[in-house]
Amino acid sequence: MRRAAVIGVGQTKFRTRRDDKTHPELTREAVSRALEHAGITMDDVDAFVFGTMDPFDGINCPDRWSSTAAGFGKPFMKISTGGTTGLTTGIAAYQHVASGLFDVVVAVCTQRVGENVDAQPVLNTAVDPIYERHSGVGAISVAAIQATVHMQKYGTTEEQMAWVSVKDHENALKNPYAHIKKKIGVEDVLSSPVVSSPLKLYECCPRSDGSVAVIFASEEKAEQIRDDPAWILAESSISDSYFVGDRPDLAVWDSLSIAGRRLYRLAGIDDPKKDIDVAELYSPFTIQEILELEALGFAEKGEGAKLAEEGVTFVDGDMPTNPSGGVLCTNPIGATGLVRLGEASLQVMGEASNQVDGAEVALAHAWGGTLQFHALMLVSSHKKLRR
Amino acid sequence: MVLRIEAKWEIPYVHSAGEHATKFFEALKEKKILGVKCPKCQRVLVPPRAFCERCYVDTDEWVEVKDEGVIETVTINYARFTGLPDPPYAVGIIKLDGADTGMLAYLGGVDLTDWKKAHEKLKVGTRVKAVWKDRPEGRITDILYFKPVEE
Ligand SMILES: [Zn+2]
Repeated sequence: MRRAAVIGVGQTKFRTRRDDKTHPELTREAVSRALEHAGITMDDVDAFVFGTMDPFDGINCPDRWSSTAAGFGKPFMKISTGGTTGLTTGIAAYQHVASGLFDVVVAVCTQRVGENVDAQPVLNTAVDPIYERHSGVGAISVAAIQATVHMQKYGTTEEQMAWVSVKDHENALKNPYAHIKKKIGVEDVLSSPVVSSPLKLYECCPRSDGSVAVIFASEEKAEQIRDDPAWILAESSISDSYFVGDRPDLAVWDSLSIAGRRLYRLAGIDDPKKDIDVAELYSPFTIQEILELEALGFAEKGEGAKLAEEGVTFVDGDMPTNPSGGVLCTNPIGATGLVRLGEASLQVMGEASNQVDGAEVALAHAWGGTLQFHALMLVSSHKKLRR
Repeated sequence: MVLRIEAKWEIPYVHSAGEHATKFFEALKEKKILGVKCPKCQRVLVPPRAFCERCYVDTDEWVEVKDEGVIETVTINYARFTGLPDPPYAVGIIKLDGADTGMLAYLGGVDLTDWKKAHEKLKVGTRVKAVWKDRPEGRITDILYFKPVEE
């Protein structure tokens, strides 16, 4: 494997509906911005990897339509792993370059969750029709059952979970691309209607329309193209059992811990708290950031809930998470994982809209399926981990 | 104002449960719940499947588990979503006696109006028993819900 880096990031504004544009027009908006950010043109791109989660957009294989804006006549493939899609697409594009087969590759993900009147029944079609679909289970209920166990096992409180939401909403105010922009306090979260107990409305993500593109280049090309690329230190991914009930303990995210340890070993990280400066985590529901912080070694088991409450994960804290406002404020599902990588890359380039001072190493994460898949990427302003 | 075009998918499917799982559905007709035992890791898997994904071996040994067990977790849904059950409804994971994995199922027999009070009655570890349809048809919906057992 050869070294590769992110050399360009482009996002559309994310909104409930982007009535102004069609699927490929949104894709083009993100790709054009990423090319502009990298300072290259379509002619410089060798291949495209496209990601989306069917059928939120109400068209099956929207990659057919969107490919017209994703490298006409060039090598093209589509990736889909539920909510993990965005970051899996990033990993696939990175592997295109790291393998030595291509020099410049664009990962682009477009999703129109907002054109779908209601996302939960679509998520329910991702559940098998034999044993589990009748239960009406979707994304919110699986997060809620994690919360129930975490609260009972570790004493995590509603207030502590609310702090995660307060932090993400405050961060989103600084991000011009973020969907939900609203200053809220703990009381607002606690008094919002219960959706799936114990989770309340302000603890759940919106449905967003939009697109994001991230451009990868080989070491040689990256250095020619820009002074400050975001070097990929490592990536890792994992699949877990299909049935939620197979997990021995829902209060911990074992598969994410395993994927995290693989990532840290590859990157040479001993202590993620010291070695990682900022994390963009896939947490569409408050409880999930808490579980992710624990699984990834940023907090001891059962202690993750204290971090937002004590200010540690705020942008000026010791371990900032989701300075972009995160998934809680913007969720174009199949594109969301790639937004995490784009924002993590901008952090180490020093160009993020809500910049963490001196960020050199940033983590991007996504999960998908009913708590089933995880993907992780680690980017840095340096080619190797510096301590 | 741009043109907005309404669309709706109504596409019929006929799904196969497969030969293996069909045995589970046949047993439901007699109000029995079957699992399979992995010959390698010895876990009893419910709902049953034709292979253990961890050991990657066939699971042909059928075992009957109880229609009683404990709540591993629960949530009560209060929001109304298109095509999903009418709220409020409780869904949880039940570990049945004799099984090593949990099963996704409805919970009932408890007033769900106040979620905190309902969670008290459906706490993790609470013993529950299946409430069956009067005339089971060999579908997963033959188990209407699990309700707490009076102790
Ligand atoms: Zn096994």
